[in-house]
Amino acid sequence: MSSSAAVQRRFDLAAMGDAATRRQRRVGNEDDDDDDEEEDDQGSEAWGRAYADERSWEDLQEDESGLLRPIDTKALAYAQYRRRLLQKCAASATSSIQKGLIRYLYLIIDLSRAASVTDYRPSRMVAVAKCAEIFIREFFDQNPLSHMGIVTIKDGVAHQLTEIGGSPESQIRALMGKLECSGDASLQNALELVHGYLSHIPSYGHREVLFLYSALNTCDPGDIMETIQKCKKAKIRCSLIGLSAEFFICKHLCEETGGSYTVALDESHFKELFLEHAPPLPAIAEYATANLIKMGFPQRGAEGVIAICSCHKDVKIGGGYTCPRCKARVCELPSECRICGLTLVSSPHLARSYHHLFPVTPFNEVSSAVPFKVSQKFAQTCYSCQQSFVSHGSKSTPHVSCPKCNQAFCLDCDIYIHESLHNCPGCESRPGSTT
Amino acid sequence: MNSASAPSKLYSNDVSLLVVLLDANPFFWASSAAASGDSASQHHPTAVLSFSKLLNHVIPFLSSLLLLNQFNQVVLITTGVNSCSYIYDSEEGGAESATGKVPAACSKILLRLEEFLTKDRLLGKGPDKAVASSVSSLLSGSLSLALCYIQRIFRSGTRHPQPRGSPDGPEQYVAVMNAIFTAQRSMIPIDSCVMGVQHSAFLQQASYITGGVYLKPQHLDGLFQYLSSVFATDLQSRSFLQLPRPAGVDFRAS
Repeated sequence: MSSSAAVQRRFDLAAMGDAATRRQRRVGNEDDDDDDEEEDDQGSEAWGRAYADERSWEDLQEDESGLLRPIDTKALAYAQYRRRLLQKCAASATSSIQKGLIRYLYLIIDLSRAASVTDYRPSRMVAVAKCAEIFIREFFDQNPLSHMGIVTIKDGVAHQLTEIGGSPESQIRALMGKLECSGDASLQNALELVHGYLSHIPSYGHREVLFLYSALNTCDPGDIMETIQKCKKAKIRCSLIGLSAEFFICKHLCEETGGSYTVALDESHFKELFLEHAPPLPAIAEYATANLIKMGFPQRGAEGVIAICSCHKDVKIGGGYTCPRCKARVCELPSECRICGLTLVSSPHLARSYHHLFPVTPFNEVSSAVPFKVSQKFAQTCYSCQQSFVSHGSKSTPHVSCPKCNQAFCLDCDIYIHESLHNCPGCESRPGSTT
Repeated sequence: MNSASAPSKLYSNDVSLLVVLLDANPFFWASSAAASGDSASQHHPTAVLSFSKLLNHVIPFLSSLLLLNQFNQVVLITTGVNSCSYIYDSEEGGAESATGKVPAACSKILLRLEEFLTKDRLLGKGPDKAVASSVSSLLSGSLSLALCYIQRIFRSGTRHPQPRGSPDGPEQYVAVMNAIFTAQRSMIPIDSCVMGVQHSAFLQQASYITGGVYLKPQHLDGLFQYLSSVFATDLQSRSFLQLPRPAGVDFRAS
């Protein structure tokens, strides 16, 4: 009864002005609830804002007896990592999958009105830009032979922010510039623009597009289905990460072109989904043509050699690399020689991609409860970091072991080995281990 | 490679963690010890060094590092032909320092090295392996061990010098490159000190890519001086010291 009266009063306040406040003061002493609701309603107090911003209730969960406790992030992170690893290995275990290592990726960022919504801190656009910087570094780290460009969608029109290039610095510099959002988003215009640029790519490169889409609609000048068919014929693989909700046209686009469509639930999930696109995807059979690609391996110039470099058109002393075909000097690798067009790389760049082709086998979990064999002695320390497994008496912390060399490793080393190092220290420390 | 991309890390203090990977390949050291007693050494008196003399230089070097700063930490990992293992960690036995006595590292190191070498030899004599072909040491294994250890410590200012003698094994190329890239990403410089006859392409690339120092000493009798003047510098001081730079980097895969 009183709650419905309170609701009525709130509506009156919105509609009228002074009259409503006078009425509220008259009946102010009747119900305390109404006054509290008024204060909460405005939310201008700092404590109210702090709760709204931080959402501290999301860090708690209930345990078996119904009491609250903070979420155990370490175990959660490890469980997530295990799931991801097993998924990846299950897919590639049955057959040797070809992966596209030379990728030409266009990153399309939606800067429409929907990108200024503040459900990601401080706004979707800023969160996306920050994640994009991390993604760009990760992308060039894992795919040193690839190229990337950035396109933005604003006011229903797509603009190219940076040209497709092989250096992360220029992309990141453009992202850090002022970004404003307004207007509508248009999927078709973005696809048309990118289709135009990607049609000039040589046939051995894998053409990919990644959309970061915040809007819930698309305002297109023509038939988007035709554009999707055009992209499919041009072998462009489109993936999309949605920030708001799933909708049909995105799903259709990704299904037709063979990409993946995911929707992010919150900021950390978004970052996870985004970074999943950094390692090379398995190649689609009809898109991958096996070619011989001509590449040059330049020698590094000695210190003190004076030459004019072809990228800055300036005199440089020392360092630099000489193109093996036309002897022009370039400043950094990997790049293309500006004079003769030869792709220049150095062998460490190629070596950076090897771990995609020869991954480390996942380790098996060792349960500390029941020993596998009665005679098997428990490993006391992690083989790689010498951290002791036994703590607080005889209870040993969970650890894993490599199926090939049977050495025990702790959980942190397991994550490090599979995600960064890509070498099993136990297998490498045995003779006769060939890749 | 991409010179502009790696941001320079500011080191605020001169505490360092040094992981030394010592190459204990018995094939190499035996041949160099035989040569040192030979008359041929008259012509190249400085080119060879026996393993015991090497230890004479390395152990004082480790002790001197511990003297430089109270919080410095030294870990010694040995690379054999059939296995790799942790030999010495200066953090162990920390409880004893309450009495003010510095633990005697020298005897512990020698004892452990002895155990390691016998175990290594035994592993080589296993029934299923024909080891005669593999003369190279397991660099990739010990690099991986060292990187996992450093990852556990998480402190800024960590390094890895690697005295190394024997030739590179081409079958380890991919594994070594993986380890080098991981070190580059975590900004751990790999320094190398090569005592063999020829240059080591793997270590040249490792030092170049991670920003470490590559050195092939001319006079091996003065090895301790090379070690303490070039490799004992902590990372903060390296920004204002002129350290030896390589003439050219050999990027071959073998």
